[in-house]
Amino acid sequence: MSTATDDVREDAPPKPTKQQRRAANIADEASGGIKVLLVKLVGLGIVDALALYAVFVLAMHEQWLVLGLVAVVTVIVNWIYFSRKKLPAKYLTPGVIFLVVFQVFVLGYTAYIAFTNYGTGHNGSKEQAVSSLMASSLERVPDSPTYGVTVVERAGELGLLVTDPEGEALVGTNEEPLHEASGAEFDGDLAVSAEGWTSLKFADVLARTDEVTALAVPYSEDPNDGAIRTPDGSKGYLYTSTLEYDAEAGTMTDLETGTVYSDTGVGAFTAENGDELLPGWQITIGFDNFVRAVTDTRLAGPLVYVTLWTFAFALISVASTFFLGLFLAITFNDMRMRGRKGYRVLMILPYAIPSFLSALVWAGMMNKSFGFINQVLLGGAEVPWLTDPTLAKVSIIIVNLWLGFPYMFLVCTGALQSIPEELQEAATVDGAKPWAIFRLIKLPLLLVSVAPLLIASFAFNFNNFNTIYMLTDGGPRDANAPIPVGFTDILITMVYKVAFTGENRDYGLASAYSIIIFIVVAVISIIAFRRTKSLEELN
Amino acid sequence: MAARKVKPGSVPGPGVVAPTGVGLAVAEMEEMDASTRAHASVGGPGGGSPVELPKRPFNFSRWFWATGWRHVVGVIMVVFALFPIMFVVSSSLNPHGTLTGSNALFSQIGLDSYVRILTDPQVPFTTWFGNTLIIAGITAVCTVFLGALAAYSFSRMRFTGRRFGLISIVVVQMFPQLLAVVAIFLLMSSIGDLFPAIGLNTHVGLIMVYLGGALGVNTYLMYGFFNTVPASIDEAAKLDGAGHARIFFTIILRLVAPILAVVALLSFIASVNEFVVASVLLVDTEKQTLAVGLTKLVSNPRYADWSAFSAGAVMAALPVVALFLFLQKYIVGGLTAGAVK
Repeated sequence: MSTATDDVREDAPPKPTKQQRRAANIADEASGGIKVLLVKLVGLGIVDALALYAVFVLAMHEQWLVLGLVAVVTVIVNWIYFSRKKLPAKYLTPGVIFLVVFQVFVLGYTAYIAFTNYGTGHNGSKEQAVSSLMASSLERVPDSPTYGVTVVERAGELGLLVTDPEGEALVGTNEEPLHEASGAEFDGDLAVSAEGWTSLKFADVLARTDEVTALAVPYSEDPNDGAIRTPDGSKGYLYTSTLEYDAEAGTMTDLETGTVYSDTGVGAFTAENGDELLPGWQITIGFDNFVRAVTDTRLAGPLVYVTLWTFAFALISVASTFFLGLFLAITFNDMRMRGRKGYRVLMILPYAIPSFLSALVWAGMMNKSFGFINQVLLGGAEVPWLTDPTLAKVSIIIVNLWLGFPYMFLVCTGALQSIPEELQEAATVDGAKPWAIFRLIKLPLLLVSVAPLLIASFAFNFNNFNTIYMLTDGGPRDANAPIPVGFTDILITMVYKVAFTGENRDYGLASAYSIIIFIVVAVISIIAFRRTKSLEELN
Repeated sequence: MAARKVKPGSVPGPGVVAPTGVGLAVAEMEEMDASTRAHASVGGPGGGSPVELPKRPFNFSRWFWATGWRHVVGVIMVVFALFPIMFVVSSSLNPHGTLTGSNALFSQIGLDSYVRILTDPQVPFTTWFGNTLIIAGITAVCTVFLGALAAYSFSRMRFTGRRFGLISIVVVQMFPQLLAVVAIFLLMSSIGDLFPAIGLNTHVGLIMVYLGGALGVNTYLMYGFFNTVPASIDEAAKLDGAGHARIFFTIILRLVAPILAVVALLSFIASVNEFVVASVLLVDTEKQTLAVGLTKLVSNPRYADWSAFSAGAVMAALPVVALFLFLQKYIVGGLTAGAVK
């Protein structure tokens, strides 16, 4: 998009001559003045400074690919704004950068995650998994010497300043193995401070006891050497892992039981009997998530009923809101009637209230034991509006009708009023009955203009997260499913719950479900664009 | 609710030639108001049809079948539309807390619940409110700015890739960001590892994610409106020596002010209503928005203060409803009608 050529005006016929362009540039400069130039320089200066900072940070973390991208984008941005030409690009670049990163890239990234085992227990690299496994199985070495320690801090990260029995000062953090501390100062035998580190006072150590006791500073680069931990912030002991990592063979050995866990390519160390050591690490697993979603019977069942309900919910929502809206539009489209405007404003109100609030209020009113509907309208009945699998679906449809009918009412009123009055008069003169006029003349004309909106409304309701989540939270919960899914979940709420609720977050499976939604949405879009020819109309 | 829909199609509507249902709804409202006014002046204060002679004796049956039944429908629909609103207003005025206690409508009136929700140390309602206003406000302003820049270039310039750009905007907007919520979460958490100031659990990060959708339906809406501003205005300015930046900032932006207001309000409302991304990115209670905070509040089974929640809901809804009703009147249209003469 930003590979624009130059500033060719809409009604400037073929191409402006060189002179004209030069004249335009001169005019531009003359009009811009020093203020515009200053704003531009300051703006670009801020952008460049931020980019430089980002490059610096990325270099520290050795993120070379991202660093390269940031550098290239910064250079391009500078080039665009300092260039005399590239006018369209100057206007498009800011929006396009956000669009590419937070809309296009994340869609592609979702597709990638769908092919990985990313989730709880498979969060990082293999190295991280090894060090985390070793750290979680630490046990104090029975005859460990006592190390004097001082808790130190650098840039918010806690570390230990350790004085070993020979009196040498070493420093390290959870991530950074012990190494010689430069500029250590001693109080007696104990190193109390080191260059570049802030020593914590006793009161701070007490306040952060949890963090301090969780510290495990690796003794050396080799994880099998163990780590120094301190139970009190003043004395440290050597802890070694009950697991032994053999980097050559890529195996973990449990020293107590002698079980050998090896990397069998499933993203975790696995014993011969299939036991896995968790955390594992992240790998790409091909179509496993998709295969699991449709072949695992405990997952396939929910997927089928969730997909069916998603379609049913979207279709019924569109149909119910449209027909109610159309009926109301016809009813109130009679100019003999008084007070139409009053009715209209009052009926539009549900549409003006944020839908998350409306759904929460409806959830309260539909509460089985205490809700307004059961207690007052039905005189103390115990209708399980939101807790019965079937009735909950009916409730959702009713609430979504409440939320959506004003919109359709507005749309249909507009469409009806744009139908010329002469058509009705001509039909009446020809002897047509009112119902025939409506069915054969008005409705087809109305559908032509409203159809694209109905398709859009379907696409919206297909992903209508708020109504479902705030009203029933997808419940009642399906107890047989291994994932947190309920009988009124639609696909998007299922994605959310699989990825972000419950004990096990399964990003891979959730993304695989997202891909299913992508496909459906893509099909809807194709139909919509075919139907409305809106892409052809673009010019 | 439906105003935040993605609208692919285009409907021939009066006023704003907008491809979206939003634009349509707005345009239609305007038209309806106009027609109501026209009828009122034609039909006189009685509003009766000219066909009916004033001196004919009143016939209930004929009146009922002509317009009476419409009032019946109207009353039923108004009751349906308003009773949840009545309920929440009533329970917000109820000094007692529970859901059961809220069932007797307007039995007791008091502002205790409002005081409770505003002062409860466990529920940082005012912080949520402030967060929501800040996030939605900044997002709205930036969305309008980014969208207007893009719409201006699409509307006023001809360049290679222009059609491709327009089509990609229409296509990309079909895939709402919430579909990629998992990837957004992982992206923001890795950004947060490197740059904590804009990563997970920051307002800046959330706003940036929202801005990813800035060049979507909004740009398209503005593009349509920009096209209705005659190009001869730019030409005249250019002849007078104005550069493209000056034309854009001092002339075009003022002429398209109504659509900027509409887009800003729609973007504001959409951000206020957004739950999925906000709930995933904002971890700390203090950082959350109203949508996240209030939803988590009532979904907690131990939270029993329904009337305090109602008070919060009323306060949260008021600015949005006010903006929405304001939006109806704002579009007067025809701003450029007399500009070129």
